[in-house]
Amino acid sequence: MAKRIGMEVAIAAAEAVALCNIDVAAVYPITPQSHIAEHLAEIVADGRIDAEFITVESEHSSISACCGASGAGARAYTATSSQGLMYMHEVLPIVSAMRLPVVMGLANRAVSGPLNIWNDHTDIMPQRDSGWIAFFAENGQEVVDMSIQSFKIAEHPDVMLPIVLNIDGFQLTHMVEALEMPDQKEVNRFLPDYVPYATLHPDRPVSMGTAAMPEIFTEVLKAKDEALINSKKTIIKIWKEWKELFGREYNPVEKYKTEGAETLIMTMGSMGETASLAIDELRAEGVPAGLIKLRLWRPFPFEELKEAVKGAKRLIVTDRAISFGGPGGPVASEVRSAFYNEKDRPIISNFVIGMGGRDVTVANFKDIIQKAIKMKKQDLDKYVLYGVRE
Amino acid sequence: MKQKKWPEKWHEINPGCMVFEPGSAHAYKTGSWRAQKPIWDNAKCIKCGVCYLYCPEGCIAEDEKGFYSADMDYCKGCGICAHECWPGAIEMKEEGEG
Repeated sequence: MAKRIGMEVAIAAAEAVALCNIDVAAVYPITPQSHIAEHLAEIVADGRIDAEFITVESEHSSISACCGASGAGARAYTATSSQGLMYMHEVLPIVSAMRLPVVMGLANRAVSGPLNIWNDHTDIMPQRDSGWIAFFAENGQEVVDMSIQSFKIAEHPDVMLPIVLNIDGFQLTHMVEALEMPDQKEVNRFLPDYVPYATLHPDRPVSMGTAAMPEIFTEVLKAKDEALINSKKTIIKIWKEWKELFGREYNPVEKYKTEGAETLIMTMGSMGETASLAIDELRAEGVPAGLIKLRLWRPFPFEELKEAVKGAKRLIVTDRAISFGGPGGPVASEVRSAFYNEKDRPIISNFVIGMGGRDVTVANFKDIIQKAIKMKKQDLDKYVLYGVRE
Repeated sequence: MKQKKWPEKWHEINPGCMVFEPGSAHAYKTGSWRAQKPIWDNAKCIKCGVCYLYCPEGCIAEDEKGFYSADMDYCKGCGICAHECWPGAIEMKEEGEG
């Protein structure tokens, strides 16, 4: 039986991964991910799980070790944050191109410079096009659940892609939360053994990571994109299975009080919890506002997003990264392009919030929604860097 | 009959572009990249095998008499053999010339 416990979310992430019968963990510690690395190392050292913990010398090595381990048929896990992910960048598209189901926990943290260890999404956004499935977790329970789900989704024969689970640094990693930790029996029932498509074995020769000449490269990219797009079906299917077994529901786009809402605000990750409190207060004050939370970042859930926004006059997209010299926030830019050809599209505004750990309160969210409602048409093209002192 | 070098359509490609046929790079003949070709003068050749050791393509082989020549299906014409041959027995000549 699952146990309801109080636990720091980073520790819970490591505990959840330990329930997944991993073979290899190659993790290099970095704030605010360190507790995942340390606790997982401890679990392996204590002999609680039969896995190799590779003490790599960098993040470039940790992802490379996972790539090799996964190619050899091992279930491999890594975790990182900010600069660590930037250092992994070169290897990320190779792992996805080789269709290796590595799972990564990412404690989201601002990238330098200036040096900042606190939370925003500037680390994941530059990795957007690396061909990984990307999830965002809102609270500790979701971190536990999605860590376990990720292995099953990544390894599914219809998917075979790596997954990055975004876990807001500090706001989630360092919180002690009440959560339900599934027991080993329940996880075993949900998660089958990893059956690789092919493994590096001398008796059955296979070349992985081959070269592709101009005559075939385009077709290889098409195959990779189709794999990403098609993975959504399996992701949704496995989330349904999860609900049947554990009772907790997961959707590509989560809705909160969207019925009859004229104004919708969109968040990703931990900010959803604060925003939902703002929605409660606004609804009590008679403001028809609702919240949508983007859980699935890649593959981008076009249909689900359009369905969730249907009937709303206004959509406020919050971003936790800036595309400098560009259109503002990367999420808003994608949402705008998703709606461009729609006849009935909402008025879209973009607020960049909570950069480098700046707190965004319930009052802030209410203020953002009120400001967006009053926003003039000529201001809509510009993004709002919320709270900037000027 | 036209030999099929690679899958025609994207969905015919193995997941991850994996290749299950060992040594299949052999089917990709790189000789067409060549602009110059190495010509051996066996009168100057001392059979030291430096050309064979330095060839990055691995396409130079020793014959039964101990002299060397390149497999022109794969020789890219890089000229490293000619550069390294200290007795000066290899000369690079333009393709199309004698």
